[in-house]
Amino acid sequence: MNKKTFGSRLVSAPYLVWAAIFVIVPLVIMIYFALTNDAGNFTLSNISGIGKYKKAFLYSIVYAIISTVITLILAYPMAYFMTKIKISAQRMILLIVMVPMWMNFLIRTYSWITILANKGIINSFLEKLGLPTVHLINTPGAVILGMVYDFIPYMILPIYSVMSKIDNSLLEAASDLGSNGFSKLKSVILPLSLPGVVSGITMVFVPSVSTFYISQKLGGNKTLLIGDAIEYLFNAGPEYYNVASSLSLVLMILILLCLAVMNKFSNDEGDIIV
Amino acid sequence: MKALSKIYIGLIIFFLYAPVLVMIFFSFNAGESVWVFDGFSLDWYAGLIFNSEMLEALKNTLIVALLSSVISTILGTAAAVGISSFRKKISKRLAMTVTNIPMMNADIVTGISLMLLFVFFGKLLGLSESLGFITVLIAHITFNIPYVILSVIPKLKQTDANLREAALDLGCTPIKAFFKAVVPSISTGIFTGFIMAFTLSLDDFVISYFTCGHFQTLPIVIYNMTKKTVTPDVYALSTIVFISVFILLILYNTVQNGSEKRRSKH
Amino acid sequence: MKKITALLVCLFIITATFCSCGYEYADIEYDATYSRELAGTTLNVYNWGEYISDGGDDSIDVNLEFEKLTGIKVNYVTYESNETMYSQLKSGGVSYDIIIPSDYMIERLKNENMLKKLDYQKLTNFKYIDNKYKNLFYDKNNEYTVTYNVGMVGVIYNPTIIGEPEHTWKSLWSKKYKDMSLNFSNPRDCFMTAQMILGYSLNSTKKSEWKEACELLKKGKGVLQSYVMDEVYGKMETGEAGIGPYYAGDYLTMAETNPDLKFYYPEEGTNIFVDAICVPSSVKNYEAAMMYINFLSEPQIALANAEYIGYASPNTSVVNNEDYLYYKNPILYPKEKDMPKTEYYHDLAPELRSYYENLWLDVKLY
Repeated sequence: MNKKTFGSRLVSAPYLVWAAIFVIVPLVIMIYFALTNDAGNFTLSNISGIGKYKKAFLYSIVYAIISTVITLILAYPMAYFMTKIKISAQRMILLIVMVPMWMNFLIRTYSWITILANKGIINSFLEKLGLPTVHLINTPGAVILGMVYDFIPYMILPIYSVMSKIDNSLLEAASDLGSNGFSKLKSVILPLSLPGVVSGITMVFVPSVSTFYISQKLGGNKTLLIGDAIEYLFNAGPEYYNVASSLSLVLMILILLCLAVMNKFSNDEGDIIV
Repeated sequence: MKALSKIYIGLIIFFLYAPVLVMIFFSFNAGESVWVFDGFSLDWYAGLIFNSEMLEALKNTLIVALLSSVISTILGTAAAVGISSFRKKISKRLAMTVTNIPMMNADIVTGISLMLLFVFFGKLLGLSESLGFITVLIAHITFNIPYVILSVIPKLKQTDANLREAALDLGCTPIKAFFKAVVPSISTGIFTGFIMAFTLSLDDFVISYFTCGHFQTLPIVIYNMTKKTVTPDVYALSTIVFISVFILLILYNTVQNGSEKRRSKH
Repeated sequence: MKKITALLVCLFIITATFCSCGYEYADIEYDATYSRELAGTTLNVYNWGEYISDGGDDSIDVNLEFEKLTGIKVNYVTYESNETMYSQLKSGGVSYDIIIPSDYMIERLKNENMLKKLDYQKLTNFKYIDNKYKNLFYDKNNEYTVTYNVGMVGVIYNPTIIGEPEHTWKSLWSKKYKDMSLNFSNPRDCFMTAQMILGYSLNSTKKSEWKEACELLKKGKGVLQSYVMDEVYGKMETGEAGIGPYYAGDYLTMAETNPDLKFYYPEEGTNIFVDAICVPSSVKNYEAAMMYINFLSEPQIALANAEYIGYASPNTSVVNNEDYLYYKNPILYPKEKDMPKTEYYHDLAPELRSYYENLWLDVKLY
């Protein structure tokens, strides 16, 4: 018996070695860079110098929270309504939601410029109708729109996949017990769909808080988000690797803290719903 | 209520597809702009055949996606089998935590940490150039494996452990037992993991961006193009990718529907 | 599934045959002779975006012509700032055989021993380079460089949107042009626009002067539509933005698409720059690099590049060619009396460099 399981445990060895070299060691090197200066001596000045970037962190977090909330508000009813239609139609719509994820997000983001620009589709439409044009591009609103757009499938899918597993008999039981639509939603659907919501939130929040493309294209490159700052520093030269690493480290810790808090809210055993 | 929900679904789908429609529309532009429509033409599609930079990038992307998804499927499946037979809870937890890191971490952090590793080792080994095809491949395998593991493990949990025991008792070698008894029951998980790995790799920009050197994948080329004036050829290529994926998925769906119907008839 | 793929491929081929828009090789007479000894090897070229004639608009595709001539495969990668290029090279992550940095960056690369001397014996076309553009401050004995392009920064504007601005850098920050104005997204050029207004040297060693420029940039941010590099093309050509600073040569390219666009050199003076072809010390295919450099200085190739890129050419065979599209163009080759006051960028001391990089981050974070 022992021998047999030893054999099957052994097959995970290549992966564990791989993960040690390419997951753990890189993080260790990053921490090393974050805690040393250009000459390789230990220093805390990179970490203490983070204060300079507090605005970037603040903006990133605020934008990410706003876009996660909007995404949730848009995606939750979508997922709910999807469960209410015919099974074959459900699968079709699921595919339709997923297809844009296979498209390059750079291109999808870029297309929004054509839509939102001062001379873009929306504004030329307004002009034709004789209405005043609106200033959309290069605003915080455009950046948030970009985030919502790029990441909304990651919210719809996990919520839908949890909701579609909710036992119909539960809902019937609730109706029999006199629940109306709203209280049914509150007492049955909402709690049962929570794990999906939690994993959706993490899957939207993490990329939003660390993005470095959307703000450059849709925000006019004016507000530096934390991802932009890191990317900029890495392109400024190897002498900035230390500062950039310390920013990445702080970003990573921030994300892990958020995930830990989110996990407190969910009761599932860390199964990721994708 | 029914109508309302249908309208809502329609609106969200419209939101999801608005930029895609814009893209498809302008890919047929006769002019050079992705802003002003000058009439219909297929020139940009035809021009793609001669755009060696983009075709090369497409080839690179496909090679990396295929290799990395195959390797990570093998490594990941083996890992899943191994990890689920860990007896100590703590070592299982530890392995799963490590597995979760690349999934949960921001792409930019993963990309940067890998780049630092490659550059660091490159210096150590005295290489004149440390980034390139190999590093992109390693990076892709690294972020792909967790998805394979996480789609195989649930299937392993559902598999009857006795199946393998029985095969062993019947005189199979452990390896044969694994392939004859275990693999068939987890094959859907392996397949899902493979498909996920493939698509993630195909679409990855951020991690490739930091690890590619002058090896260019399609997202990198597109990124460089959106830094200049974007011409409709990028849109044309994306439209082709989009339509191929769309058709493939719909086919996959109808095939699956068909097989389900057949199964329910039995 | 196979059928669908086959169908797609067929459609693709059919469209391709109906519109024959493949690249047709030009009939070029070369000055130098090129051997095919290195056929099959690869040459890694790292150049600015939009900085080579690429076959668009019936131009010559320089890289394809080189490949056809020598059999060497050109792997062409672009960057959008000197700093990005430097960072990539310095990290040791990549090696290139050809780079085309600007003056101050060449100075820095040379000081850090990151360049390799060129073999001028092989560069027979070096004779075409105007003596004005030899032995410049970054390469006093001309051992490392062959000048590729020369340029000055000016202001591009669209009179149909913003009318006629005053010909000064201050116009970029005029409240009248709120959300219409662009600026550079790289520190040296962006600071330049402020330093010129303040009347400071672009290579000032006084931190206080950089700080003042930084404050000015912060103040102006409210008016700004966006920080751009090559995105400026789309924004100016479509009328999305009304005014923005960029390199004079790029203005000429934009004006071909949108003839409304106009250009001026601000009265305070401006930056003049030279971009030159160099070989980094980590070069792998040195001989091919020499061939490529010589190739770029070929009269017909240099002409194609000069017309496509639109920058002022240092190549005498181009400048004196009466058929050259920009022959005696007043913007590229202003007469002595119209020449604006100019200053080159120089490489600054490391401490000052990190000082202004940090100030730039302050501007971006503001």
